[in-house]
Amino acid sequence: MTAAGAVTDREPSVFDIVDESDLIRVRKVLRTEAEAVGLNLVDATKLITAGSELARNILNYATGHRGRVTVEQVYRQSRRGVRATFADDGPGIEDIEAALTDGFSTRGSMGLGLPGARRLVDDMTLTSAAGSGTTVVIVKWQR
Amino acid sequence: MTEDVVPVMKIGDTLLVALQGDLDDTTVIQIEEQLTREVARTGVSGMLIDVSRLSVVDSFIARVLARIVAMVRLLGAQAAVVGIQPAVAITLVELGVPMGHLDTALNAEQGLALLERLRRADTGTDRP
Ligand SMILES: Nc1ncnc2c1ncn2[C@@H]1O[C@H](COP(=O)(O)OP(=O)(O)OP(=O)(O)O)[C@@H](O)[C@H]1O
Ligand SMILES: [Mg+2]
Repeated sequence: MTAAGAVTDREPSVFDIVDESDLIRVRKVLRTEAEAVGLNLVDATKLITAGSELARNILNYATGHRGRVTVEQVYRQSRRGVRATFADDGPGIEDIEAALTDGFSTRGSMGLGLPGARRLVDDMTLTSAAGSGTTVVIVKWQR
Repeated sequence: MTEDVVPVMKIGDTLLVALQGDLDDTTVIQIEEQLTREVARTGVSGMLIDVSRLSVVDSFIARVLARIVAMVRLLGAQAAVVGIQPAVAITLVELGVPMGHLDTALNAEQGLALLERLRRADTGTDRP
């Protein structure tokens, strides 16, 4: 499975993450899109929570605490879903496998943002390399 | 700044606080500080934190909730979290936030009963 899926004609929501008020914005936009494509309450809550974790990672780790979020509706056959992309030009992640492991944190935190987010969505792809930023794409499909 | 960010109700010997809205991190920290002050100031023996109107609890909010409960215990009182929405509970478990050690109840009424049991257990009157 990939995080792919065709994008609908609808304009994606694109906005910058610059401070913690943007976490609320991320949650709000994800809720709106989740409702628009008809995710049930549990799936919407999972998607929003995963997005909140990934946006917080941008604030915590990206250079200048900045990044960009893109939220769009996607479809595959007759199924609809929400895809959200969290991108930053920060230091990147050296050991992706470690970062996706429960309990791994470089700042003494719980280390469950990335592995937890992955459990909460249907697809998650993490692209990163030391020095070249991080991009995380998550997708949640309608049941 | 000692700013009150959330309304707190006192029922007998218990403080009841209902969280609501989409909370940003700063607000969550302010709530933690306010509740610490209120417990110390009022000297109550229990606190109920009602989260039934929170539609999202991410790991940060969950962590602070756990910290508030620990802090209330440190001050010699009991605390319980009540009314976690089912979708939120499912999400927290899957996310992996350890909440198992928290005392929780379905609603405020059951929460009050739970606090009562915790108080009795605390003073030893429950023990054989
Ligand atoms: N956008 C990012 N840029 C650079 N490094 C990142 C980024 N996101 C995560 N990481 C790295 O991956 C590690 C694991 O992230 P994860 O979100 O799982 O845990 P955490 O943020 O350390 O703790 P928690 O999310 O539980 O508070 C982080 O400690 C950090 O080193
Ligand atoms: Mg994190």
